[in-house]
Amino acid sequence: MLRLCAFAAMLAATPALAKDIIVEAGPNAQERLQSALLDARPGDTVRIGAGRFELTDGLSLDVNGVTVRGAGQLRTVLSFKGQLGAGEGLLVTSDDVVLRDFAVEDSKGDGIKSKGADRIVYKNIRVEWTGGPKATNGAYGVYPVESGDVLIDGVTVMGASDAGIYVGQSNRIIVRNSVAKYNVAGIEIENSGFAEVTNNLATHNTGGILVFDLPALPNRGAGWITVSGNRVIDNDTPNFAPPGNIVATVPTGTGVLVMAENDVTVTANDLSGNGTANIMVVAYRKPFEDKGYDPYPRNIRLSGNKHGRAGFAPAMPGGALLAKMLGGTLPPVFWDGTGGDQVHLTGDDGPVLTLALALGAPLDTAKPQLIKLDNPIPPPWQTFKLPASMEAAAK
Amino acid sequence: MKALLGAAALFAAALLGRPTGVNDAAITAEGWPAHLSDYAFFTDLKARAPAPRLVRYTLETPLFSDYAEKERYLYLPEGSRAKYDPDKPLDLPVGAALIKTFGYRTNGVFKPLETRVLLHRATGWTPIPYVWNAEGTDADVRRAGTRIPVTFADPSGEPHSISYAVPNQNQCKDCHGLAGQVVPIGIKARYLNHGGQLEQLLAAGMLDRLPADAPRVARWDDTAAPLDQRARAWLEINCAHCHNPQGAASNSGLFLDLGRADPEQRGLFKRPTAAGRGAGTRDFDIVPGDPEASILLYRMQSTDPGIAMPELGRATVHKEGVALVRQWIESMPKSPPAR
Repeated sequence: MLRLCAFAAMLAATPALAKDIIVEAGPNAQERLQSALLDARPGDTVRIGAGRFELTDGLSLDVNGVTVRGAGQLRTVLSFKGQLGAGEGLLVTSDDVVLRDFAVEDSKGDGIKSKGADRIVYKNIRVEWTGGPKATNGAYGVYPVESGDVLIDGVTVMGASDAGIYVGQSNRIIVRNSVAKYNVAGIEIENSGFAEVTNNLATHNTGGILVFDLPALPNRGAGWITVSGNRVIDNDTPNFAPPGNIVATVPTGTGVLVMAENDVTVTANDLSGNGTANIMVVAYRKPFEDKGYDPYPRNIRLSGNKHGRAGFAPAMPGGALLAKMLGGTLPPVFWDGTGGDQVHLTGDDGPVLTLALALGAPLDTAKPQLIKLDNPIPPPWQTFKLPASMEAAAK
Repeated sequence: MKALLGAAALFAAALLGRPTGVNDAAITAEGWPAHLSDYAFFTDLKARAPAPRLVRYTLETPLFSDYAEKERYLYLPEGSRAKYDPDKPLDLPVGAALIKTFGYRTNGVFKPLETRVLLHRATGWTPIPYVWNAEGTDADVRRAGTRIPVTFADPSGEPHSISYAVPNQNQCKDCHGLAGQVVPIGIKARYLNHGGQLEQLLAAGMLDRLPADAPRVARWDDTAAPLDQRARAWLEINCAHCHNPQGAASNSGLFLDLGRADPEQRGLFKRPTAAGRGAGTRDFDIVPGDPEASILLYRMQSTDPGIAMPELGRATVHKEGVALVRQWIESMPKSPPAR
């Protein structure tokens, strides 16, 4: 009879007011935490207590409008050291989710992935591979993909074997006040449209901040990316990405790298200690079949950046020889020159080393020269705003 | 306890006015019935004897699940039938259920571990996992999934001791998700079209029609069938529920559904999108003629969660599937990467 009563109660259940579901550290964390993520209703908060949660499988959330909140990115630790399955630590597939104040450590694959999760907020999250940079670490730290409206604020990622903060195939993105260190790529915006990467620290990665548009992906980015007010300093970790991935080609000591993307502004950043270059602008060099893909960067503006020491250990193929020709170091800005005038590279940064390479041509055909950029009036900026609810959630 | 169960079942049956049938309300009402017995899908759970309206079926080429054996049943409520579709899953009415029990055989005796039910409710398809008790008399709801230590021998006789993963409800949706909806995967005409299964459904009035040219996939281990069809059937049933333009791996651009024509989308000389260390040292998903250089085969052969594909439900390597896909890639004419 008891069971029938429960069953009837279940049938009669109506949506309740938003509630907190509290999960404390302790035994059987996997099932308790996953149950909370399944039981949450829109508006609810899953509060994860302080302490270490030893997890054996990926966690996932598929309920709209849920906040997952820990006691701080140092105090609430979801450890995936003993993970046996799933491709990421936490997977979010619902909209209007807020993730804040907790850490994900040592996931076997990606740290936190959100796919098709619109209006997602990552606030004060830490993702770390605690053994330092290793090729066996997971690929991405925080990984929103195929999403509209993404806010990443106050996030720290360390040790990702691909990109620490990676936003792919998404639109309207802000990455701010975050720290990326000891990753292959610190922050990467790929095949996306309308992004602001601002006031972050990218240090001791292989490459600090990457803006890519790649062929043969289901979504091609609209471009319009701003990289402003960041500190991109001492990106000197030897590339430890498994070969075969696009970031495995990033030379150690790259500050900001713009590849094949259009309408990118790199401005008011503090760049120094990047041994290959503070800023690189390049075409996509590999063969591709994707019809309609444009391998050239276009409308790239580099202005008002503060350039410290750079180009003292150029790690790209032929870099050492180039540096020798130019008196020991390369200038802070490097452009492969591929695409020529149609790239429309402007600004007041410089001097700029260009190689005047034809698309896909071998490096021994380079015609290195130093150029000064034109500095016309910048094009009108395509502005965007994230919904006010997201900014409120990130307070 | 048993008496209580019996009483509850009788009471529920009386409510529904159908003394011996399946508990339709358990299928269609929102919520998560606590026990597999609540549905009355089986008249004798210990023997897993199905209720009269349950139809057992097999797939010509099935998903590999750590060498587990599977017992699959289709339940259609009285007076309803499935609608034939040449491509998509059979269109099943609200109130239908798919019941799949996973287990291993030891000394010829099948021991069930878990039963996954997929229930067609007015709100859509709902997946719920149940884990069997040690006595094998019932299974309890386990929405958050669990792990079960299992020891078994594979068909070649090789012993395995693994941590068998029962998926959580969201993980069910990872595979069964298509454009944001939960849908069945295996119950498609081309996977059912063998051994007279579709004909029997038609004859029983459970299928609306059956064209003479209903499609059929190759059986993956039927060496008399063309290699290309066997390998592509294996890849579709194991990979394409995610690797399609509306699935969980839509962002990868690698699409392994059977009808796909574009060679790059099928993986040939396709560079990885976000594979991370899953790519190993390899440049392309499939390098024709060179299985060892192909990311696809590399990921099939790994059990490391950061590398292994599929991502869920695989703690062992499907040796026979790997051999098939290796042979298939080997058989492809070598050609240089396209410009």
